[in-house]
Amino acid sequence: MERPARAPIAHALVIGAGIAGMQAALDIANSGYPVTLVEKLPSIGGRMAQLSETFPTLDCAQCILTPRTVEVGRHPNIHLITYAEVEDIQGEPGHFRARIRRRAAGVRWDICTGCGACIEKCPTRVPSDFDMGLGRRKAIYTLSPQAVPNKPVIDKEHCRYFTQGKCRACEKVCPTGAIAYDQEDELLEIEAGAIILATGYELYDVTRLGEYGAGQVPDVISGLAFERLLSASGPTAGKIRRPSDGREPKEVVFVQCAGSRDPEKAMPYCSTICCMYTAKHAMLYRHRVPDGQAYVFYIDIRTAGRRYEEFLQRAVEEDRVLYLRGKVSRIFRDGEKVVVWGADTLSGQQVEIAADMVVLATAIVPRPETRRLAEMLGIEVDAHGFLREANPNLAPVSTCRPGVFVAGTAVGPRDIPETVAQASAAAAKVLSLFARWQLEPEVVYAGQS
Amino acid sequence: MRYFYFPGCTLETKAVGFNRSAKEAAGALGVELVTLPEWNCCGATFPLSTDNVLDLAGPARNLVSTAEAGGDTLAVACATCFNVLRRTNHFLRKHPDTLEKLNAFLERPQPYAGQVEVRHLLDIFVHDVGLEAIRRRAVPGLGGLRVAAYYGCMLLRPADEIALDDPERPGIMDELLAALGAEVVDYPHRGECCGAYLTVKSPEASMPMSYRILSAAGRAGAQVLATACPLCQFNLDWLQARLRQQYASYQPLPVMYFTQLMGLAFGLDPAGYGFEQHYVDPRPALAQAGVLGGIRSP
Repeated sequence: MERPARAPIAHALVIGAGIAGMQAALDIANSGYPVTLVEKLPSIGGRMAQLSETFPTLDCAQCILTPRTVEVGRHPNIHLITYAEVEDIQGEPGHFRARIRRRAAGVRWDICTGCGACIEKCPTRVPSDFDMGLGRRKAIYTLSPQAVPNKPVIDKEHCRYFTQGKCRACEKVCPTGAIAYDQEDELLEIEAGAIILATGYELYDVTRLGEYGAGQVPDVISGLAFERLLSASGPTAGKIRRPSDGREPKEVVFVQCAGSRDPEKAMPYCSTICCMYTAKHAMLYRHRVPDGQAYVFYIDIRTAGRRYEEFLQRAVEEDRVLYLRGKVSRIFRDGEKVVVWGADTLSGQQVEIAADMVVLATAIVPRPETRRLAEMLGIEVDAHGFLREANPNLAPVSTCRPGVFVAGTAVGPRDIPETVAQASAAAAKVLSLFARWQLEPEVVYAGQS
Repeated sequence: MRYFYFPGCTLETKAVGFNRSAKEAAGALGVELVTLPEWNCCGATFPLSTDNVLDLAGPARNLVSTAEAGGDTLAVACATCFNVLRRTNHFLRKHPDTLEKLNAFLERPQPYAGQVEVRHLLDIFVHDVGLEAIRRRAVPGLGGLRVAAYYGCMLLRPADEIALDDPERPGIMDELLAALGAEVVDYPHRGECCGAYLTVKSPEASMPMSYRILSAAGRAGAQVLATACPLCQFNLDWLQARLRQQYASYQPLPVMYFTQLMGLAFGLDPAGYGFEQHYVDPRPALAQAGVLGGIRSP
């Protein structure tokens, strides 16, 4: 292998600032090494920031996450670049060079105080992606009140000034003159010795589930959307209200494996977390709506984790969630009801439930950007587009490329504890490289991964 | 546009109104349907339900005849014939050994190589003629007649072999009917089974199935239900007298072939469309919507 002329750079680049990327960045930063943490969205926290409570402890996700996001945001060793994407990576282990495009926010974050006056004044409301379309946000917005950084961006596709040429309400109200409509994308070049990919996941496209209404039935929502309904900071302030008419649903059907474990039509793999979060959803629904009935359709229940089975039993026994073993064949709207047809394979009967709302545990799928990054770095993805680890048994956070590591759901479906453990493992791998370089700055070990 | 046309047994006997309206509607759109010389029964449910290669000889003979007559397409109106012929063709294309056996058995001058495409009239009308041309030809049109498009099983499944439309959310017939000036209604059971042959042996099983479809279409505001399948038409039509006895609030709903509606939309004379043979006479509903011209309901 070609020997680099300069000593390797003990600086890490972490791509994706969900719980995996944040954990890895903090571990490295707390060891005294600098980290550049790049996030596509305006603020950090990833999917976990959207969750209401976490299984099996029912911790408030926001409450346990916020100390982390704040720590990341203020850490002297973490250079946080949000609203940005990695466009190109060149170089080799010890000497990667990344080009990062930081999207124009339309707001000068260096002088913005995060007071929120602009958001208050903005006249435009659009469906919020963060709230999975159930709530609305302004055209100048932060993802949530707890956003880190707590600085807004302008959504140029919907902003009145950008679409109609007039308004400028945010500019008028900003006390520090931070609104900068003509701001341009910024290109940043950073050098890093090692890279951690923690780009997370998306949900299987519900429009491809024609038998489940193809996204056309408003009261059929995803599990992530149900998290937003449960969340105190969500669009309904934690009240369970169905999207179509805002009424409290009295019968809710939860459908597991919606797009998972379906090699014929959708994804063949198990999405791993749905059994647990569905038990949590049904349990929390019963807490919020004590006179409501929760049904869960399942293929089988996978509660392989510490205190997971006990959690499920609690949902069944204490919260009286009705579990039906079988698949749902169809979901359709009939008047005000959402009708669910399924099979109960334990009693051998067909089941029809006229429900008020249905929650689909849609499959976890990789983000398309992950594949692009993998191509850029020359590492492999599997048939579905998840990052491929060097060895699933013995090198689960390494890749075939030295100096490039992976963590979290970009590698495959996994829950928060496993994601965090993996992120720390990836950070440890990076730190061991850095330590080695400190001892032997001349050498880069091709096989060290 | 010229296609070889496979009418099938039912359209030659029971569903003559379907046959006639299909040919006339096609003609009105400049589509010439040439009846396949010496066509034979597609085999209905038998060819694809056994492993006996010889059972495929019936449907395959029609494909061979089409190829021999120089055709590359066999147009079919009956949903069941379409399903059987198309799937037989698909099977033969995927199993060259079976094709070879059949060719040897059929002893025709030219061995069949799977080159014929079996297509449903809906496909030809919507994709070859085009919705815009249909819209232009649809004078006097259907005047906002509220129609529920019903696809059933045979037009849609198995999806990878039939490949006409998404079986979970079909839309091709809806698009055609809308182009004719109908107001298509949205209802959930357009691809649900009507009960098929169960009507003969155990109508108590097929009745709830047909009821589900008809009542949902009725609740959605449909004045008529459109189908492309003679068996669905019979089931959904004939069972309604019983449904009225069983379900007090049941309102009858005429069940028509989509081609009958095309003929009416194009202003053709529906004299041979066999409306009088329907158990639930469609003429009052059509007259009420003003799409029956001068023809009065009895």
